[in-house]
Amino acid sequence: MADRYPDYDVLAKWDSPSFNDKTREILHARMKLLPRSKHLGEARVATLARLVQRVTPQPEGRAPANTLALVIAKIDADAGDGFRPAGLPRVRAAWQCALDAINAEAREGHGAAFADISDAQADVLLKALSEGQLHGAAWGNLDARTFWSWRLIPDLVSAHWAHPSLWSAMGFGGPASPRGYLRQQAGYRDPWEAEWEHA
Amino acid sequence: MIDQRHDTLDHTPRCGDGRAPDPLVPAGWLPMREYGEDEVDFVIVGTGAGGAPLAAKLAEQGFSVIAMDAGAFFRPLEDFASDEMHQRKLYWTDDRLVDGDNPLQLGANNSGKAVGGSTIHFAMVSLRFRPEHFASRSKLGYGVDWPIDWREMWRYYEEVERMLHISGPVRYPWGPKRPRYPLRVHPMNAGAQYLARGAKALGIDWTETPIATLSTPIGKAHPCVYRGFCVTGCSTNAKQSALVTWIPRAIRAGAEIRDLAMVGRIETDASGRATGVHYHRADAWHFQKARHVVAAGYAIETPRLLLNSANAAQPDGLANSSGLVGRNLMVQLNQAAWGEVDKEVRAYKGPPSLAISEHWNYTDAGKDYLGGWTYMSQGPLPAQWARTLARTRGLWGQALVDEMNRANHTVGLKMVGEVLPNEANRVTLADETDQYGLRIPRVTFSYSDNEKRMMRHAVAFMKQSLEATGARDTWDQMDDTCHLGGTARMGRNAATSVVDADGRSWDVPNLWVCDGSVFPTVGGVNPSLTIQALACRTADRIGALARRGEL
Repeated sequence: MADRYPDYDVLAKWDSPSFNDKTREILHARMKLLPRSKHLGEARVATLARLVQRVTPQPEGRAPANTLALVIAKIDADAGDGFRPAGLPRVRAAWQCALDAINAEAREGHGAAFADISDAQADVLLKALSEGQLHGAAWGNLDARTFWSWRLIPDLVSAHWAHPSLWSAMGFGGPASPRGYLRQQAGYRDPWEAEWEHA
Repeated sequence: MIDQRHDTLDHTPRCGDGRAPDPLVPAGWLPMREYGEDEVDFVIVGTGAGGAPLAAKLAEQGFSVIAMDAGAFFRPLEDFASDEMHQRKLYWTDDRLVDGDNPLQLGANNSGKAVGGSTIHFAMVSLRFRPEHFASRSKLGYGVDWPIDWREMWRYYEEVERMLHISGPVRYPWGPKRPRYPLRVHPMNAGAQYLARGAKALGIDWTETPIATLSTPIGKAHPCVYRGFCVTGCSTNAKQSALVTWIPRAIRAGAEIRDLAMVGRIETDASGRATGVHYHRADAWHFQKARHVVAAGYAIETPRLLLNSANAAQPDGLANSSGLVGRNLMVQLNQAAWGEVDKEVRAYKGPPSLAISEHWNYTDAGKDYLGGWTYMSQGPLPAQWARTLARTRGLWGQALVDEMNRANHTVGLKMVGEVLPNEANRVTLADETDQYGLRIPRVTFSYSDNEKRMMRHAVAFMKQSLEATGARDTWDQMDDTCHLGGTARMGRNAATSVVDADGRSWDVPNLWVCDGSVFPTVGGVNPSLTIQALACRTADRIGALARRGEL
């Protein structure tokens, strides 16, 4: 689906009353974060980069989101969300195991690293993962389907939709403090909101 | 480096040196009385909807009170960003295991870690229980009766509604007469308009939601500006959280707040009475002596604390002679129906639930299940919405991006539904330990057939409502739950409950529980108003017992 808000950019409101200092501070730090890991190593980062590319594609015609960097930061910090299914290890251990296992599945099926197989091959593998159909030895005790729905998906999509480019593409108002909104009724918008461009 | 976890606030307490932050003023301070480690009358563990009002009302009666919280003391005006990811700092993100047939989502969903507790990020929906839901066993034939009459609760609801300046309708369509809400209603956003139109089409009552955000300036707080980030913390202080209401009142009355203080264990003496709490603060363990200990950590941390406080005389956990500590964990059903409409909804604006129908809380006919539910309009933020689409509809890749880009035309309704008490749903201790060396909780939950029937009815009804307003491509979100309750239930005797109607433990006479874990049943409305009303009642009862020399 085409971007319906091509002339809209949340970041254009950076110096407006929609952004408070705290929001500017944390978004500035976030957007310049680079994908560097102390705990994953090159091969795992390459696998993760491919996962991010296939699961959370970049918005067309907008500054790319640094989703990979945010996911790496979460893994390196071993930052949980306050709940995990019994049997699923903590964040970092779960990701380390799963990245190895996904790469092993690619080598087993296609004789190449997950980062190097074709888009179509990668998507077939991910579909199998999401349906719980991967059982290679490298998974060990990790349940692939549980990992997909309780770790991989929430971690990737939470990081992806933390970037202003994704907010702009969906016409989301973005940061709104101290200025909020006046016009809340259906079909109305304030001048500082995105305008839907009819195809 | 990254704003996900290690905010400096996580490590540096702000309360001390005779002062606490003023949550309503940037860089502001309030003078605060401190008690050191001398014995105080009450140490309260948790400063949310239960602990905060209790601290204020006990201090106002002249008791010496320390209220501890594992989380930070924020000043929203300078500490809060308009951002889902950064505001993770409000949530309880320490390790917890979930299992059972329907493992629960905790953290952002229902568990706060801050002075003010989960009221910092609640959606502000402030409803009274249906009167019959305080006696569902004798009036409606299911669950268990509360040991408190609804008319007494009605008085305490009024006290809390005034304290929080609840904005609500002039006439409430359901239940016995209630006073006018203190403040006028907020203008409805698009989601609320669709709820209202659907309810009218289906011939049932609806109303503007009674809600804890200001519709007029009060004191240092401005009215709500409809920024829509309510569930990630209000950065303008319109939200009437415990942080900006009860906590300053408690401090002014002489209570001490200890932030970033994680209580790990309640100590008892040879006679079995509580003597104080061991707590971790500023990288060391300390002991606070107290004549009374109050657990107010909500339905997971309260039973966890009682279980982690087991000793030789009470090997199964403190206050657990009934075996019910941790049992009868309840959630509330939070299933939803969504659809697409021609007009732009832009659900990110305004409090998420500005209109509501309690029709199915007050109507018993036409159900093939027990219990009640309410439903309300919705306003998910981007990351939360992406997780919902991915989880519920299995979308990822370009399909997810495409669906996300339709969000401004999406409208939804969500239920808050009663889950019945079931002893098999419970909180126990896992073998793993957390960063303090404390055993972490294991939270076990499975739906019963009754809940499955309720959610089927609710989702079908909400979908009908959406379709009556012209929504297309409707779909169900069948896997979601919200608020917690139970795990230290109150009752009329020691064999079938953990605490009495006052929140006092049957086993340990100077140990109290004051939070949602005392709920015998959860009813079909959001619990925060009821937790606060109960806390006000507990404070009054403690005062009455003290005057009679029965404390």
